Amino acid sequence: MIAVLDYGIGNLRSAEKALQRVGGDARLVDRAQDAPGAVGVVLPGVGAFGACARALRSSGLEEVARAALASGVPFLGVCVGFQLLFEGSEEDPREPGLGILAGVVRRVRGGLKLPQMQWNRTTPVPGGPHALLPEERWFYYVHSYAPVPEGEGRAWVAATCDYGGEVVAAVEGPGCWATQFHPEKSGAAGLELLARFVATCDGRTTVG
Amino acid sequence: MRSVRVVPCLDVDAGRVVKGVNFVGLRDAGDPVELAARYDAEGADELVLLDITASSDDRETMVEVVRRAAEEVFIPLTVGGGIRSLDDARTLLRAGADKVAVNSAALARPSLVSDIAETFGSQCVVVAMDVRRRPGGSYEVFSHGGRRPTGLDARTWAVVAERLGAGELLATSMDRDGTEQGYDLELYALLGAATSVPLVASGGVGDLGDLVAGAAAGADAVLAASIFHYGRHTVGEAKEYLEAHGVVVRPRGA
Repeated sequence: MIAVLDYGIGNLRSAEKALQRVGGDARLVDRAQDAPGAVGVVLPGVGAFGACARALRSSGLEEVARAALASGVPFLGVCVGFQLLFEGSEEDPREPGLGILAGVVRRVRGGLKLPQMQWNRTTPVPGGPHALLPEERWFYYVHSYAPVPEGEGRAWVAATCDYGGEVVAAVEGPGCWATQFHPEKSGAAGLELLARFVATCDGRTTVG
Repeated sequence: MRSVRVVPCLDVDAGRVVKGVNFVGLRDAGDPVELAARYDAEGADELVLLDITASSDDRETMVEVVRRAAEEVFIPLTVGGGIRSLDDARTLLRAGADKVAVNSAALARPSLVSDIAETFGSQCVVVAMDVRRRPGGSYEVFSHGGRRPTGLDARTWAVVAERLGAGELLATSMDRDGTEQGYDLELYALLGAATSVPLVASGGVGDLGDLVAGAAAGADAVLAASIFHYGRHTVGEAKEYLEAHGVVVRPRGA
């Protein structure tokens, strides 16, 4: 079972259905006690960073995300679920993120309309990790903020897009993938990415 | 890089697509989900499903259409028509909509926009407005499917809607809708200059050149119905045409 963490925000049905479409046994999990045994964990997120951080914490599912990240259970963060990996966000400075990666989420600057609500060409970083995205594809984005990784986190940057300047589109590290764009809303390119994620959920590590 | 979205719009009445649909290769041209899948395969960037059902008995039918569409189509879905409350919005978002478009109910009670934005985020609230040109170059907003004048200036309403938390504006020119004379370009230039959220052009597309003109006037997404439904052009042709005329779009199959 791949646990899609359902902490009370937005439309999670698309993520669940898209994972199922590519053969993943995805289920919405809204209580920590339902997570043990999961072979993968998906952390979605839409709306404001602070609201997501608070909701994740109060749902008790933050611990599931942390445990998966600490033990190498394949993890996929999407949109605000990606941003939550960082230390915090300009959008709501009082709410800390998970702090898995160094760096802060900052408002996208570049003079174009915000939110970036569009499809954008997304390019793998030369020399970066490339399991998540081996080749250039177009994905659907909806966001006004984006993480600026620092320190070791910079080596995790897997893909970028251009929106009035370079925007970090995805990171990849051991057992951890995360995307600013929405693979579950990005047609064939998104389904292919999700299929690659599902293939990493091979059951060698599970949520304890 | 800014890209422009091509957005087919399906009018749905009691669970069936209305307006003529002239497609080869569809088992059932009236099934919104089958049509949605067809547009997705052709490269549509997003779909708008507009519930034009008059009877409230059929609300549940629309929710079911959204639910089925979200299982078949993995591109953004915007659902509009008859959304009167936060609960209506919640029901559609839970069924798989990514955005809800509010119109008459938001005019009657503007706090509906902020309620949805605060609960689910601005990214999922679209304020749709039907407008008609007034002498002198301004525009008036109409409610109830364009039947009732409101006296409200379209530019003012757009600014207020953005302030209330609308994440996108969808403006339909009633003067142009169904005429195939092209978008009302001055409308989008006016609204684009007054607001900073994405703007969807709607109403009047007769040929592919109209889509290019809409993008050039400042629209971030170009919505059309008949040119696609009647099989005059595929979405793929529209995107190739836009690209050939210097508009950045997601290439088909990318």
